[in-house]
Amino acid sequence: MTGLYKKTGDCETGRNDIAAIIRQGAGAAWPICLGYLPIGLAFGVLARQNGLEWWAVGLMSVVVFAGSSQFIAVAMMASGAAAPAIIATTFFVNLRHTLMSSALAVHLAGIRRRFLALFAYGITDESFAVNMSRFRDGRWDHRRGLVVNQLTNATWIAATIIGALAGSLVPPGAFGIDYALTAMFICLLAIQIHGVVYVLTAVAAASASVAWYILVPGDSYIVGASILGATAGYILKKPVERRFSGRHP
Amino acid sequence: MTISDYLALFGGMGLVTYLPRALPLLYLAHTTLPRWFEDWLGLIPVAILSALLAPILFADPGIRNLDFGRPELIVAVPTLLFAIKTRSLGGTVLVGMLLYWLAGIFLNDFFTP
Repeated sequence: MTGLYKKTGDCETGRNDIAAIIRQGAGAAWPICLGYLPIGLAFGVLARQNGLEWWAVGLMSVVVFAGSSQFIAVAMMASGAAAPAIIATTFFVNLRHTLMSSALAVHLAGIRRRFLALFAYGITDESFAVNMSRFRDGRWDHRRGLVVNQLTNATWIAATIIGALAGSLVPPGAFGIDYALTAMFICLLAIQIHGVVYVLTAVAAASASVAWYILVPGDSYIVGASILGATAGYILKKPVERRFSGRHP
Repeated sequence: MTISDYLALFGGMGLVTYLPRALPLLYLAHTTLPRWFEDWLGLIPVAILSALLAPILFADPGIRNLDFGRPELIVAVPTLLFAIKTRSLGGTVLVGMLLYWLAGIFLNDFFTP
């Protein structure tokens, strides 16, 4: 399937002009953008309260573009941490992106390096999950993926700057918007379950994640539990498939 | 902080964020991956999503302890059912938000005397 689409360049509507690419990219990106709004606004407000000017908030969002580590950095700056400590923490918080970047490489094989260098800038938990589920369907390509990355990036930058400028005009918790990204992850997880092995992987990763989260301070639980979960799923794959296909070699 | 302080800090943060995003992609997209590694990477999205979600649903972020009664988890059940039924990302986000908002109102009324 994937090969067929790659050869003809057809996606969803069969059109491949820039307008169609942007429209389809935006169609995939908007739930992420909706989720980024409250978080970006909250970040802008918080950063402003901790003494960052609005342009510094914007600069940080452009250069770093990584929500959780930006929150952590502002908290560390507020408590007077030195730059090397903040940079080291950022590195460990964002190390999970190596896994996502590796998984995306399967679907971006052979694409020009200059394009990949730009694409890599927009890899986040959210854009990764949305793009991967589209790539799996086989009706997706690197250009539509880039639209998702750049639109969500632009939304994040704008939301953080607006938050820094406008302060707390949006009441906290309005319309359940705090739940937007959680609901999105739930749906993406449901879409990505393609069989028993995936269910086992999800259960293994969830159990490992909760245990790791409770026992170990910091954010290492994401990388640690993802590797454990995927490895458990990989080990169980052969015996499970043998059992469920009902055939023995 | 001066502008150059900001630039040094954000530049450092940006670099250590960009490299983990870029290096695997730049290298692996131009290499033939071994079969087992590709299979393993295929399970990574589910594993990452699950690892991100589970503590949000099953643990209290304040004290980092198990908690099976949080509104995040209660709302997750109908949200998941809606997601399985419709497979619509945008719809699930809106339904999840609505339920979470209603849960906030209802649970507040329930617990305030």
